[in-house]
Amino acid sequence: MDRLWPLLAFGPTGWGDEIAAGALVTISLALATLPFGITLGLLVALAQRAENRLLSGAATVFNTVFRGLPELLTLLIVYYGGQLLLQWLLAAAGFSARVQVNAFAAGMVALGLVLAAFSAEVWAGALNSIAKGQREAGYALGLTRWQTFRLVVAPQLLRVALPGLSNNWLALLKETSLVSTIALPDLMRQTNVAVGNTKEPFFFFVIAILIYLGFSILSGGVIALLEARANRGMMRARA
Amino acid sequence: MIRDAIGLVVDLNLLDRYGWRMLDGLWVTLKLVAITFVLGAVLGLAVALARLSRNRVVAGIAFAYVYLFRGTPLLAQLFVVYYGAGQFREPLEAAGLWWILRDAWNCALITFTLNTAAYQAEILRGGIQSLPKGQAEAAAALGLRPWQALFKVVLPQALIVGLRPLGNELILMIKASAVASLVTVYDLMGVTRLAFSRSYNFEVYLWAAVLYLALVETVRRVWTLGERRLTRHMRPA
Repeated sequence: MDRLWPLLAFGPTGWGDEIAAGALVTISLALATLPFGITLGLLVALAQRAENRLLSGAATVFNTVFRGLPELLTLLIVYYGGQLLLQWLLAAAGFSARVQVNAFAAGMVALGLVLAAFSAEVWAGALNSIAKGQREAGYALGLTRWQTFRLVVAPQLLRVALPGLSNNWLALLKETSLVSTIALPDLMRQTNVAVGNTKEPFFFFVIAILIYLGFSILSGGVIALLEARANRGMMRARA
Repeated sequence: MIRDAIGLVVDLNLLDRYGWRMLDGLWVTLKLVAITFVLGAVLGLAVALARLSRNRVVAGIAFAYVYLFRGTPLLAQLFVVYYGAGQFREPLEAAGLWWILRDAWNCALITFTLNTAAYQAEILRGGIQSLPKGQAEAAAALGLRPWQALFKVVLPQALIVGLRPLGNELILMIKASAVASLVTVYDLMGVTRLAFSRSYNFEVYLWAAVLYLALVETVRRVWTLGERRLTRHMRPA
């Protein structure tokens, strides 16, 4: 082991700084994807309940596709397909250029679509858990649909949806590792680079696993805090 | 005639070159998932029982195992096994085990089994814990041995509770198995990536999407049918 630890040094001789930078990219990607994915998921869940058959049908197709495709395939389709689409759009606008899609953006879109499809299921369950009378009471008080949603439904929704969304977050954190395949310098990619240079795959991949595990444990702690906060109004009823 | 009709939607040249190979890849994906899911069920049962053990050390080890495999990416686990094994070639050769880990297919098989076992263990544990204590007590009162009670009384009921989450886990495994393509296994994803790298024709990714969706939807529907059949005694007439 004495031979291996110096490989993790920060600076030009070790891979510590590269791996730390990769870990930062991993966390940034997950954090950037989260708001986009769960917001889209809520919209999909609302669309699924819409009376408009076209809208609810489109939402169902969206869910089926992005929950059924392997995440890796979704990512490659977004990455290469996005490139083709942009090129086609540019050509239609009269430019001819070779475009390279940004790997971070492609990762964000692909993982965001997957997160949207999975969180839509969580949102749908939470929406169902809110009694119809809550909405009706809102309307009876003269609130508009949007006000009723924002002031009556949403605060209750978040509490019910939180455990499911927490699972979605943990899955997202792990899925970010796939983005290493389109050369985004995330934790997995940087570890690969370190392995290529040092020929110490076991050591470095175990380090990467431990960092991911650390992120999961840390997330677990934050989630527990959030749940305690979301449930603070329910404490007395239970005691 | 039919060929012309197909030609309207897909590139026939590409289909001739890669069509059969992609179906081969689909077959590899099916085999990989089927084998690992069954092996994972056996290991998962052992882990679930260890998790519920009164022995603190055994329960602790099982908890750590489940946490480790559920808390980290499958891709990273696969790389540890596949690339990590190469580093221990000499001791593995000495132990006569190198032939197993030399092969990417076996590495994927081992990693996926260990991974799905952790998820299935949690599902089984949840199922077992959802049963009233009286079930095990009644079995004991009838004179059943602990193993008989487990296999004849507890497990059948726990599996009914776990049917739906187990179906979800199977579908997650089908999707997750695509990462095997990153260690040179030619599953559906592997063949697709190969076809794309040679033809630069984006269409192959869309074919793969259709095949994966068809596979997942079929499995989901068959599983739901099985679930309905197995729980038919629990529905009011």
